[in-house]
Amino acid sequence: MSLRDSQIWKSIFRHPAPVDRRNRVMVILSNVFLHVHPVVLKKHALRPAYTWYMGLLAFWLFVVETVTGVLLMFYYRPTVEWAYNDILALRDVASLGVLREVHRWAAHAMVIVVWLHMYRVFLTGSYKPPREFNWCVGVMLLVATLLLSFTGYLLPWDQLSMWAVTVGSNMASAVPLLGSEGPGHQMLSAGGVDVIASGSDARYALLGARAVGEETLNRFYILHCVAIPLVAAVLISVHLWRVRKDGSISGPEEEGREARGEGREAGGEGPEARDEGREARGEGGDAGGEGLEARGEGPEAGGRW
Amino acid sequence: MHPESHALLATTAWWLGWFYAAVAALNAGAAVWAARRHAWLRAAAWSAWGAGLAAAAWFSLAGHPPQLPEPFKQACDDLLGPVTFTAGALGLLAVGYVLRRWLVVPAVAWLLLNVSLVWLGLSLSDAHFAAIVARPDNVPIVAMVYLLGFFTWAGTYQAVENDRRLARGQGPVEADYRDEVLVWPDVIYLELIGAILATVVLIVWSLLLRAPLEQPANPAVTPNPAKAPWYFLGLQELLVYFPPWLAGVILPALMILGLMAIPYLDFNPRGNGYYTIAQRRFAYLTFQFGFLGLWVLLILIGTFLRGPNWSFFGFYEAHDAQKMADMTNVSLAELFWVTALGRELPQVTASHGMLVELGQIAWREAPGLAALGLYYVALPWLLARTLLQGLAAKLGRTRYGVLTLLLLTMLALPLKMILVWTVHLSYVVNIPEYFFYF
Repeated sequence: MSLRDSQIWKSIFRHPAPVDRRNRVMVILSNVFLHVHPVVLKKHALRPAYTWYMGLLAFWLFVVETVTGVLLMFYYRPTVEWAYNDILALRDVASLGVLREVHRWAAHAMVIVVWLHMYRVFLTGSYKPPREFNWCVGVMLLVATLLLSFTGYLLPWDQLSMWAVTVGSNMASAVPLLGSEGPGHQMLSAGGVDVIASGSDARYALLGARAVGEETLNRFYILHCVAIPLVAAVLISVHLWRVRKDGSISGPEEEGREARGEGREAGGEGPEARDEGREARGEGGDAGGEGLEARGEGPEAGGRW
Repeated sequence: MHPESHALLATTAWWLGWFYAAVAALNAGAAVWAARRHAWLRAAAWSAWGAGLAAAAWFSLAGHPPQLPEPFKQACDDLLGPVTFTAGALGLLAVGYVLRRWLVVPAVAWLLLNVSLVWLGLSLSDAHFAAIVARPDNVPIVAMVYLLGFFTWAGTYQAVENDRRLARGQGPVEADYRDEVLVWPDVIYLELIGAILATVVLIVWSLLLRAPLEQPANPAVTPNPAKAPWYFLGLQELLVYFPPWLAGVILPALMILGLMAIPYLDFNPRGNGYYTIAQRRFAYLTFQFGFLGLWVLLILIGTFLRGPNWSFFGFYEAHDAQKMADMTNVSLAELFWVTALGRELPQVTASHGMLVELGQIAWREAPGLAALGLYYVALPWLLARTLLQGLAAKLGRTRYGVLTLLLLTMLALPLKMILVWTVHLSYVVNIPEYFFYF
């Protein structure tokens, strides 16, 4: 008996090997990691000249950052006493001594790759209907990427990181009303005493102190390793899911789309209804494959309304 | 030569050798590519150029990299300042846009790439240039400049091609690839290969270049200059022209909100899902002005050209901590009351209560407040009734208001820069009583 016929194998992969059309559809539909993909794609969506693969790269860099970041967390202690020494030891003593390098360069690369992804999306007009909202989610992911990089910048606890974060976080004291040097902050006063001072303003909330110090290191560590990654992971899920729901990778409208215009309204509950249909038909064997092909342009046509 | 720069040259020479060798190999590849298409003249040109680079590689590996002549470096540094650099770069972008059909021709683009790479190589043999550009954290930014250049070319090339086709009544290139492929295996394997390649690049990069680590953090020793992480250096550069609450809080917030607003303000249905410039000229130019012309340009200035005391330094200039920028700027109120009218600045007294104080401040700052009102209220109002009548009607009041606010703010950046450079204006509205500067 071969492995593929064993009960264990069958319990994990609920269909035969993806060597025929039916099972190539099934492998996408029945795997939680693969099902963020549609079953079929237009060829132009695969051309490197069109997408530059920057979205994929950004996602992959997030994975690399997560893996190397977790490994670094086993070693690094976010305290004034140990942070710098741990980074030194990571370079000079620890096995796999390039972990920090991979983490840092991947972080720089991620910022650049996210910009290039947005650049491509703009140049191809891919933020236009029906993808307006996903562009906004993308902008939030840009902010998350920058904040992840900024909070991580502090952790080596050397002169470079400490003063870069000092310069950056000084801006928080300039927030209108809530920063101790921001416009109008004296308007918030109780009984002649300023409510907003250097020990109680937006910058203090960010740093946990009047200047970058022990408390800041702890705050930025938690923001960097837990809080922002969680937010980013949720946003990434929404982003990828919406790429699919908004009609997959953008492309030029097809001729004769006008003719299908009525199809839009008919597909009132469009995407969802179709998805159920897809799964139902997927099980239906060969017919499912054809059905999917016929509906290739479906999500786009129905996605708008 | 300075002994210090001699030591630096010895370490960079080895790198430079391999850099020239790589560029030579690229040109050899280009020569082969041209020869296979029977473009013999081009093949000969790239071969000769590649041979020259190979010689440069040889000399560099032997410890004698080719150098730029000192008078050239001196002239560059003398010419370069915040004004000439910003204006020059924006001018180059504009020229690039106008000549895009010609610049995207592969041979032209290849020549420009070669020129920039050779300039980079020659400049890296300068100790001052290398000290800034070859800093570990700045290496990714150099890579970003080339990636941006490459992808701007790639996007423009396709847009030019599509615009030609669209003008002839054909569909864009993207429409030629309508065939469908199953995601398994084609897409999954592409993703796998892409992920592996990216990881390999990262590991090689990490083995070749150590992550920076300076002295332990010390609150008592302030570095000069203290710089934010590189992606925020555009904002730090804005601090030269704007008060912190604008440069560090309001403008970044408007950038984020403005980016999110793009799909709701751009009602042009054309150019969705393919590269084009002709079908969405306004959106394209606005984005390129904001992205390449402001965001990226300001980052480059902040990273490579600002030194101690945030003074401006040329590419080949020593970063001398004694160099102080002459920054005696005056507010618009002073320019109006004192310089123009020859009177004293109206007095503000806090003893008569807040309302009186605010009234006095308003009178003192009347010229600035009037200028802001004209710029942000009267100008859009006037435009909605004249030049932009159609646009205003199409967008409706709210969206038109948001669009003009964003566009005018974006335009305010270069306007304020020009005012600082020419009349040394500090703030349009200057109310130190309430920490309000504009």
